[in-house]
Amino acid sequence: MNDKRRPIASGSDWNFAILQRFDTELACLADEYRLDTYPNQIEVITTEQMMDAYASVGMPVGYHHWSFGKQFLAVEQAYRRGQMGLAYELVINSDPCIAYLMEENTLMMQVLVMAHACYGHNSFFKGNYLFRAWTDAESIVDYLVFARKYIAQCEERHGVQAVEQLLDACHALQNYGVDRYKRPSPISAEEEIRRQDERETYLQTQVNMLWRTIPEPPRGDASLAGGMSPENDPLGLHATGRYPSEPQENLLYFIEKNAPLLAPWQREIVRIVRKLAQYFYPQRQTQVMNEGWACFWHYTLMNRLYDDGLVDEGLMLEFLQSHSAVIHQPDFDSPNFSGINPYALGFAIFTDIKRICVSPTEEDREWFPDMAGSSWRESVEFAMRNFKDESFIQQFLSPKVMRDLKLFLVVDDDQEETLEVGAIHNERGYRRVREALAMQYALSVREPNVQIVEADIRGDRSLTLHHVQDARRPLGRSVYPVMRHLHQLWGFPVRLDSFEAERVTRRYHWPIEGEEVQAGR
Amino acid sequence: MTYFIDRRPNAKHKSAVNRQRFLERYRKHIKRSVEESVNRRSITDMERGEKISIPTKDISEPVFQHGQGGSRSIVAPGNKEFLEGDRIQRPKGQGGQGGGQGDASNQGEGMDEFAFTLSREEFLEFVFDGLELPHLQRKPLKSLDEVKMVRAGLSRDGVPSRISITRSMREAYARRIALRAPIRRALKKAQEALQAEERKDSVLRNPARIIELKAEIERLEKRLEAIPFIDTYDLRYHQLSAQPQPSSQAVIFCVMDVSGSMTQNHKDIAKRFFLLLYLFLEKHYEKVELVFVRHHTAAREVGEEEFFYSRETGGTIVSSALRLVDKIIEARYPPGKWNLYVAQASDGDNWDDDSDVCRELLLKKLMPQLQYFAYVEITPHEHQSLWQEYEAVAEVFSDRFAMRQIVEAGDIYPVFRELFKRRLSQRQ
Repeated sequence: MNDKRRPIASGSDWNFAILQRFDTELACLADEYRLDTYPNQIEVITTEQMMDAYASVGMPVGYHHWSFGKQFLAVEQAYRRGQMGLAYELVINSDPCIAYLMEENTLMMQVLVMAHACYGHNSFFKGNYLFRAWTDAESIVDYLVFARKYIAQCEERHGVQAVEQLLDACHALQNYGVDRYKRPSPISAEEEIRRQDERETYLQTQVNMLWRTIPEPPRGDASLAGGMSPENDPLGLHATGRYPSEPQENLLYFIEKNAPLLAPWQREIVRIVRKLAQYFYPQRQTQVMNEGWACFWHYTLMNRLYDDGLVDEGLMLEFLQSHSAVIHQPDFDSPNFSGINPYALGFAIFTDIKRICVSPTEEDREWFPDMAGSSWRESVEFAMRNFKDESFIQQFLSPKVMRDLKLFLVVDDDQEETLEVGAIHNERGYRRVREALAMQYALSVREPNVQIVEADIRGDRSLTLHHVQDARRPLGRSVYPVMRHLHQLWGFPVRLDSFEAERVTRRYHWPIEGEEVQAGR
Repeated sequence: MTYFIDRRPNAKHKSAVNRQRFLERYRKHIKRSVEESVNRRSITDMERGEKISIPTKDISEPVFQHGQGGSRSIVAPGNKEFLEGDRIQRPKGQGGQGGGQGDASNQGEGMDEFAFTLSREEFLEFVFDGLELPHLQRKPLKSLDEVKMVRAGLSRDGVPSRISITRSMREAYARRIALRAPIRRALKKAQEALQAEERKDSVLRNPARIIELKAEIERLEKRLEAIPFIDTYDLRYHQLSAQPQPSSQAVIFCVMDVSGSMTQNHKDIAKRFFLLLYLFLEKHYEKVELVFVRHHTAAREVGEEEFFYSRETGGTIVSSALRLVDKIIEARYPPGKWNLYVAQASDGDNWDDDSDVCRELLLKKLMPQLQYFAYVEITPHEHQSLWQEYEAVAEVFSDRFAMRQIVEAGDIYPVFRELFKRRLSQRQ
C-alpha cells in the first residue's frame, strides 16, 4: 500500500489550499470511522491572538473583567520569558465547532491539530452525554455575544465598579452553578424536566412567595418547623416550614431566584455567570476522556494518512515525536511531575479498550467479559458517549494500564506520622487503585460539598449553608473571602457550618461580628 | 464540512480592556511595587517598563477549596519500589504532593508571586499617580541668553574669509558683460567702417579716415582690456546674523538637606520631586544634566546614590549649598549656554542667622541666572525662618520662584504647576 507514496505536501510550510486538501482527506477517514462531528470552522490566528484567546478561557467572545486581564498578563509573561509554549490549538464547543490554529505551526502541527481538534474533540463535544445534557453548542456563541453586550450595558448604566464587584462575587461561586449531585437523567427526559423547571421558575418569580409580606395561615405543627415554641410565636408567623425545603447545591441558581435585594439586572448577570459555568461544567468533568479521545483519534487518523501514502516519512517522524511528548507521563519523583497527565491517561485507556477488543488476554476476559472480542469501534464509542472521567476510569481502567503507568495509591492522613502506600499495581491492589483514581476525578472530592440548607425568611433573613467534609478535609482559608462574596449577593448574614460525620466541627459567619451569640442558635 | 477562515488580519489586543481593568484594580499593589522600583532606580533611568510582582494571595479569586488536613488518597504514577503497606516520610514543606488535582491556582505551579511587566507608559503613570500631571509635551522653552550666528543671505561687505566666490564671480561676470557691451558695439562699428573703407577703390580711400578708425579701434580695445576681471564692487560676502537661540541643554541642581532630621521618607518624597522636574525638563531639552548637592553644615557635590541613600547628622546651614551651587555654575555651567534649574528640598531647619544670608544670595547672585527655582519643605510642622526669607524672594521673582510645603508625595505637583502654566501661556 505504501509503495506508491504520493504525499499531499512535504516540508513544513503550509498554505490554505494544502490544509484544505488534508481536511478533505481527514473528513473522508473520519467518515469511514463513523465519527459524528459538527461542521468545522478552522480559524488561523497569530500568537497574540492566541494569547487573547487564552485569556478569555477559550471563549470566542467574552465580557470584560479584570480576571481575564490577569490571565492575559500571566500568559504573556510566561510566554515572553519562554517558560511556556502556547498550545498549538484551541477548540470551542460550538456548532460549527471553532478551532484555532496558530500561524507559526508547521504543516505537521496543522494536520495534527486538525485531526485532534476538528475530528477528535469535535466528535466528543457532539457525542458525550454531559455535553449533550448541559451545553447547547448551537447557541453558545450567540449567548456569549448577548452576555458581553448585556454586561457592557450594565457597566454604562450602573458603573464599571458595581458590575465588577458583582462579577467577582459570582465568579467565586461559579463552580456551584450547576446541580452536580443530581445524576442527569436520559436526555429526552432531561429536556422535559428542564422545561418544567423553567416553568416552575417562572411561577416562582411571579409569585415570589419567599418575600411576601402577608403571612400565611399556620400549617401543621409550628414547633416542628422554625424551632420557635408556640409561646414565643403565638401568631404562628414562623410556622410555614423551612425554606428551601431541600438543600440546594446550585448556589448561584438559588441566589438568582431568591436573593432579596438584587436588582433585576444583577439577577441577569448572576444568571449569565451561571449559564457560562454550566457551559464549562462538562469540560471540567471530562478532561481525561476528552483529551484521551482526541489523542486516540489523531493517532489513528495520522497513521491512516501515512498508510494511505498521503504524508511522507519526515512528517510522520515529526508527528511521532510530538505525539510521544504530548502523552508522556513523568514519574511521581521526576522534577517534571505535576500530577497525572490527562492526555497520557486518556490515551492509554482508549488505546487499551481497542486492544482488549482486538486481541484480548485471559486477564481481559476476566475483567471485561463483555468487551473482550467485541467491535473496538463500538466499544470506544460507547465509552466516549456515556461516561465522565470518574465513571470512565472506574469502568475502563484496566490492570494493564495500571501496570504500564505503575500506578500506586498513597494515603495522606494528617493523623498519621507518615504517608501510607495503600495499594500498588498488583492483583490485590488493582481495584483499590482504580477506585481511588476514579474518586480523584469526582467533583465531589475535588471540590468541597457546600449546599444551602436554609434561608431564614421569617427572621433575620440569614442564609445557612452546610459543608459536608470529605474524609475530614476542612475548608481552605479562602472560605472567608467566598463568604464575603456570598454575603454581598445575599445581602443578609451568611452562615456556614462544616460537618464531619454528622457533627459540626467548625462554624463560619459573615459578617464576622457577634460570632458566639449566633453560633448558639 | 469545513470552513477555513484567516483571522490574522483581525484586531489584536482584544485583552487590552481587561488588562487595564486589572491594573486599575491592583493600583495600590502596583503602586507599591513601582515605588520600590523608583527608589531603587536612578532618576535618569525612568525610560523603561518594570516587572511587577504582586503576592498571589492578594489577587487570587477565592473559591471554596479543600484546606490542609484530613485524609487524602492520591494516585501517582511511576512506582518503583513501594509495596502495599509501606510507610513514607511526609515530604517537607508542602502537604502531600498535590496529586495534580485540587490545585486551584492556575498560574505557575505554586508561585507565591504573580509577576508581569508594565510598559514604560504604564510605569510612568504609576510613578506620578496622584500627582495629576498634565500631558508632558515638548513645548518651546525660551531663554534668550544664548545667541547663535545663522547665515542671513549676502552682503557687500564682510571679512575675506566669508567671501562667497560663486556669487562674487557671478557679479563680476555680469558687470563685465554690462560694461563691455557698449564698447564692443562701438568697436564692431569701427571695425566695419574700417573694412568698408579698405574695400573701397584705392582712389576713393580716405587715408585720414582709416588712420582715424584704426586709432579708434585701438582705443576701444584698450578700454575693453581695462575692464577688470573682478572688482571690489563685485565681491559678495556671506552674511551672518546673530539670532537669539533657546539653549538645548539644561542642568538641574538638586539641593537637599541631609541633616539628621531628614528621614528616608523625606528623601523618598524629595526624590519624587527631583524626578518630576527631571522628567519634565527632559522633554524640553536635548540634554539634561543633574548635579547633586547635599548639605548639612557644609555642602558637597555627590553622586546620586550617595545623595539619596547615605545619612548624616548635624546641623543645617542652607547657604553653604547655595554658595556651592553658585560656584559650580560659575565654573561649569555658564548661564548663556545652560538653562539652570534649582530644586531644593529640606525640612525647613536652618541656622537662624543663616536664612537672611540665603535670601541675599538668592536675590543677588542666583535668581538672576536661573530659569526656575523650586523649593519644597517636607514637614507637617510650622514654618521657620528659612520659609519666611524665601517668601521674600518669591515676591520679587514671582514667576520663577516656587515654594511649597509638602506633607506627602501628592503635594509635589502643584509646585510645578506655575512652571507648566507659565510655559503654556508663553507659547501662545
